[in-house]
Amino acid sequence: MDTHMTEAATTASGAEILLRALKDQGVEVIFGYPGGAVLPIYDALYQQNEIRHILVRHEQAAVHAAEGYARSTGKVGVVLVTSGPGATNAVTGLVDALMDSIPVVCLTGQVPTHLIGNDAFQEADTTGITRQATKHNYLVKQSGDLARIVHEAFYVAKAGRPGPVLVDLPKDILINPAPYSEKPTSPHRSYTPRTEPDPAAIRNAIALLKRAERPIIYTGGGVINAGPEAAELLCEFVRLTGYPCTSTLMGLGAFPASDPLFLGMLGMHGTYEANMTMHGADVMLNIGARFDDRVTGRVNAFSPGSKKIHADIDPSSLNKNIFVDVGIIGDATQILRALLAAWKADGTKPNKAALADWWQTIEGWRAKNCLKFTQTQNPSGIIKPQYAIKRLHELTAATKRDTFISTEVGQHQMWAAQYFPFDKPNRWMTSGGLGTMGYGLPAAMGVQIAHPDALVIDIAGEASILMNIQEMGTLAQYRLPVKIFILNNQYMGMVRQWQELLHGSRYSESYSEALPDFVKLAESFHAVGLRANNVGELDGVIQEMLAVNRPVIADICVDQKENCFPMIPSGAAHNEMILGPEHEGQARGITDEGLVLV
Amino acid sequence: MQVEGSGPHRSATISVLVENESGVLARVIGLFSGRGYNIDSLTVAPVEQDQRKSRITIVTSGTEMVIEQIKAQLDRLVPVYRVSDLSREGSHLSRELALIKVVGIGNARQEALRLADAFRARVIDATTESFVFELTGATDKLDAFLDLMRPLGLVEVSRTGVAAIARGTRTI
Ligand SMILES: Cc1ncc(C[n+]2csc(CCOP(=O)(O)OP(=O)(O)O)c2C)c(N)n1
Ligand SMILES: [Mg+2]
Repeated sequence: MDTHMTEAATTASGAEILLRALKDQGVEVIFGYPGGAVLPIYDALYQQNEIRHILVRHEQAAVHAAEGYARSTGKVGVVLVTSGPGATNAVTGLVDALMDSIPVVCLTGQVPTHLIGNDAFQEADTTGITRQATKHNYLVKQSGDLARIVHEAFYVAKAGRPGPVLVDLPKDILINPAPYSEKPTSPHRSYTPRTEPDPAAIRNAIALLKRAERPIIYTGGGVINAGPEAAELLCEFVRLTGYPCTSTLMGLGAFPASDPLFLGMLGMHGTYEANMTMHGADVMLNIGARFDDRVTGRVNAFSPGSKKIHADIDPSSLNKNIFVDVGIIGDATQILRALLAAWKADGTKPNKAALADWWQTIEGWRAKNCLKFTQTQNPSGIIKPQYAIKRLHELTAATKRDTFISTEVGQHQMWAAQYFPFDKPNRWMTSGGLGTMGYGLPAAMGVQIAHPDALVIDIAGEASILMNIQEMGTLAQYRLPVKIFILNNQYMGMVRQWQELLHGSRYSESYSEALPDFVKLAESFHAVGLRANNVGELDGVIQEMLAVNRPVIADICVDQKENCFPMIPSGAAHNEMILGPEHEGQARGITDEGLVLV
Repeated sequence: MQVEGSGPHRSATISVLVENESGVLARVIGLFSGRGYNIDSLTVAPVEQDQRKSRITIVTSGTEMVIEQIKAQLDRLVPVYRVSDLSREGSHLSRELALIKVVGIGNARQEALRLADAFRARVIDATTESFVFELTGATDKLDAFLDLMRPLGLVEVSRTGVAAIARGTRTI
């Protein structure tokens, strides 16, 4: 130990050392909520000006806010909560970040080390509870380990496949003097994920891709996580090949939706053309997606005729759900750079005639116009939810402002994915893997903190929004002009849709009974409340919402019985997709095997 | 080419070198229970002088795809240094140790002692009506011995689970 460290050891408390480590990690914002076990940290926060603390109204929201912050900036989101209930309240957020690979560091208070295991007041076995809810977690047992563990937590959160990391901090560790150690410069002892792809795998991939007659490129959240350069390289690669490109829910925005090479999202509520192209392909390149069951449908009928190439940072993603022919482990940026170079170096000419035929087939599928819907233009007519989102997009695009969209979970989420196109990465925050109702408002909050001048909209359902509605208080306190755009169908619409299609229209407990008056609710939280009852009122409400520089709840009363289509029923294949009522010739419904699936 | 989840089951002996920190065993076990993998045997002990690394030996079974998953999932745990599938990477040695208590008198007792001798089990405790045998060997040898002891007064067994290592110069 050098003299400098010894000196620090005698002067700085654990809490101060913690903040110093956070500053060295470039942390600017913490989302948190105080309590007994973390008072020393709050005291240290009070006495400095570099790190800003955002006081949320519920610890779950702190984690979602950190996720929104992380997804929209590419930085690590930081959370601070107290022991016991503070930590348990954060668990849903942690699992959400784990499922969607979002880098978050969550600091939890803990009872002092000598009381651990005694069922002390507000003691919970936080590392035990969150072991499967985090990428990794730590309990700091010795002051000498504190700074090293905090630095390591940031490294682990970002390295390889990102995820949430929790550091449990006993109160005595926060109060007692602690030594500081700098950010380590040497590699981690045991955790050093591979980022550079194997050149042989790249060559094999290009050999398959060059000879493809019916190719498809399918990208996921991994491209977004790898950073904006990965998205740029993806565009370059897709345009160089001229191959059709589709995306998972998590990957939207990595490839511009406005490019004709883009087929829209694939999967359960993906477009007809994306799913049919996937089904008929002879070579598939997956970059940074994980063959999730929402994407594959029935696995043994998923893209049955294709040679599959899977590029992923996480070796455990390979051959987990779908057996692939070529696996490429590495960071999406480096993989795409290598693919581009190898494509250019390989002399083989793609089969132009076959590709032209393939595109013609795809254009035939695209011509089905699977997302079409009929909206009455009678001013007193009912608003279709799809139309509300379409207008929301058109009117926000007209403002030319940088726009970020978050969502809750349900039909509105899928309609947002279908009808709100993204041309840039990091603009779309949604809970994909866990499907957490209550995600959207706090996530939007985190985005707005990171991008104070941007337009941030939470596309919500009337049921989901109530799950973290208390965060309206946070919006007011920090003057965050987040817009909450509720598609109010007075149902847990996605539940109602499944009940209609799978359970004989027995709408068990899915009606949104006794809703609050959202306009008054907004006003009582110092926000603006607006309502559109019919088509005639829609544009005016959206325009007003966009014009005010304050938090807004726009309560959009939409058709209660609308269903979200296309839909691949559970247990079905992509070519067994159900199209909406606008289309003829329904595919078969849900099988008995499908009924047990979620 | 292999299809997902199907195919024959095989047994795998996997050695995992881990950082010797609290919670690491819980992490490994949680991974197996959380993802529904089998654990047929699991042993763990520190293996370095400074006690910083431990070696976990897991005997598991599943389809080839599942075993590949298990290895990849283990490998991405932060405190894991290395994962080695001993049953795939050349030949290896597997041993476990059992302490076996047999209670009886007369002929059965004589027979137990004779069989123990044939199996090279050591008598590490004896009274006029009991023996405790110590037997080391491959799992199937221990199983065979226990089968023989059952009618001869076997009352209690304590087994260590499998420790395994590659043959020759190869290391994990
Ligand atoms: C925390 C949580 N609980 C339950 C569910 C199951 N669930 C999925 S969608 C949904 C209904 C959502 O209703 P609403 O927010 O009104 O959206 P809509 O589908 O009507 O657009 C429910 C209950 C969930 N995803 N998350
Ligand atoms: Mg609803």
